[in-house]
Amino acid sequence: MKLAQVIGTVTATAKHPGYLGHKLMIVVPIDASGQTIGESQLAVDTVQAGPGDTVLVLREGTGVRQILNEGTPPIRSLIIGIVDEVDSA
Amino acid sequence: MPPNPEDAMYLGEVIGTCIATQKAPGLKGLRMLVVQPLDEHGNPTGDRHIACDSVQAGPGDRVFLVGSREAALAFEPSFVPVDAAIVGIVDSVDLDRRENDA
Repeated sequence: MKLAQVIGTVTATAKHPGYLGHKLMIVVPIDASGQTIGESQLAVDTVQAGPGDTVLVLREGTGVRQILNEGTPPIRSLIIGIVDEVDSA
Repeated sequence: MPPNPEDAMYLGEVIGTCIATQKAPGLKGLRMLVVQPLDEHGNPTGDRHIACDSVQAGPGDRVFLVGSREAALAFEPSFVPVDAAIVGIVDSVDLDRRENDA
């Protein structure tokens, strides 16, 4: 799982049925101090995250299918937690 | 972390079509499009590649894609040897205002 920050949302009318009813967010990976460490990518939200939130992003298909429990949607990245705090030495 | 068909979901723009007569049987009937990955501002980033289309996208459309194993899931129940799939046509991208100001 990666730490990331939500920076935006994507809306789409025409989409694969596996994405119906899901919120698609733009996230950028960050390190423990909040610094951006890579380029943006997309993730489906499962925890009502919003722009500005620091989140946990799961990027593994089997875990995604277990959490969504909707068969086999073509989804690889999932926001699975909103981070309250990171303590690191 | 670049928009990489190997490991992520990412934005892109369809810039062309690709036609192949000789191909793996699993690719039969699939539309193949040339895609330029985009960042959140719509600027090109990463390498152009071929992706299969599940949403009737066409050249000029801004789309989102999924890569890796999950790309093949877009075309179930048939087995498809695909590692990048177009799974939506983007209506709009809304960025956090704080991000825009930065």
